[in-house]
Amino acid sequence: MIALALPAATTEEGFVAPTIEDTHYRDILPWGDAYGVWFDPGFGKQMLMVILSVVLIAAFFLVASRRHQLVPGKVQFLGESAYGFVRNSIGKDIIGGRDFMRYVPWLFTAFFFVLVNNIFGAIPFLQLPSFSHPGSAYAIAAIFYLLWVGIGVQKHGLRYFKLAVVPSGVPWYILPIVVPIEIISNFIVRPVTHSLRLFATMLAGHLIVTLAGSAIEYMVMTGNILLQGTSVLVLLGAIAMYMLEVLIMILQAYVFTLLAAIYIEGALHADAH
Amino acid sequence: MEVQGSLNLVGYGLSAIGGGIGVGLVFAAYINGVARQPEAQRVLQPIAFLGLALTEALAILGLVFAFVIGA
Repeated sequence: MIALALPAATTEEGFVAPTIEDTHYRDILPWGDAYGVWFDPGFGKQMLMVILSVVLIAAFFLVASRRHQLVPGKVQFLGESAYGFVRNSIGKDIIGGRDFMRYVPWLFTAFFFVLVNNIFGAIPFLQLPSFSHPGSAYAIAAIFYLLWVGIGVQKHGLRYFKLAVVPSGVPWYILPIVVPIEIISNFIVRPVTHSLRLFATMLAGHLIVTLAGSAIEYMVMTGNILLQGTSVLVLLGAIAMYMLEVLIMILQAYVFTLLAAIYIEGALHADAH
Repeated sequence: MEVQGSLNLVGYGLSAIGGGIGVGLVFAAYINGVARQPEAQRVLQPIAFLGLALTEALAILGLVFAFVIGA
């Protein structure tokens, strides 16, 4: 739970870089071991932070939407502009039309869930983005995969699969090449990359910060005055990378929601393009 | 000096060059388009991000294969 105890094993041979296993704490509440459950849920830090994020988001927006006033206070203004951002710049601009309001709750939930879980990676003592574990990223992308396939089937019936796979205006002799490409790209690569984009950027950012932290620890502990002096440079570089990570965390939450909106729009208007 | 580790990551670094160039081209075209016709931004933005998603897919698949295929 506490990020101060850095996991890198600094042995006599030299610096050992942290691995992916070091970033996942599985032993906060080892339910599976205690009760002999066959699948061992292994309640880890990421699970705890996902629950924490739900509590935080719910508490913030309940406070922000309690006691509506015509002239909003500070908290109400913050909540309303956050909602307005998702509704207007993602929902209305991408999905558009008359029925985009049906999907704004999905986008709104996804945006703030991903945003808060990413920002956890920038908060000291938490310092781990929940989506740095692929399991949570697969789950949230699978929800949206089922959602947009469901929307397409609901809107167009089973004809949706033909609309999604066979592009219009293509000569018949190219179709044997185009159709498999479209199947792979729309129904396999799309959901996989939707989840892995989030996972990969979060894991990479977290590993960079962990690597810098353990490198500083190693350099300070060597007892070599030159190495100790050089560790200041590593610290400055780590702060710069940390700032870049904060930017990427916010950007990835936006990109995830934007792509979800684009996929929903593609399923809604599958007959138009 | 002995260097240890997986060559997969070097391969991934090489494969990410393609994705990097592709993402750069997509956003260069997007910025160009918006600079020439600012009111077209709303039309171009989803196209640009869809292009980003398709291009970046290759780099993401490369990362996955770097981990999945054994050292």
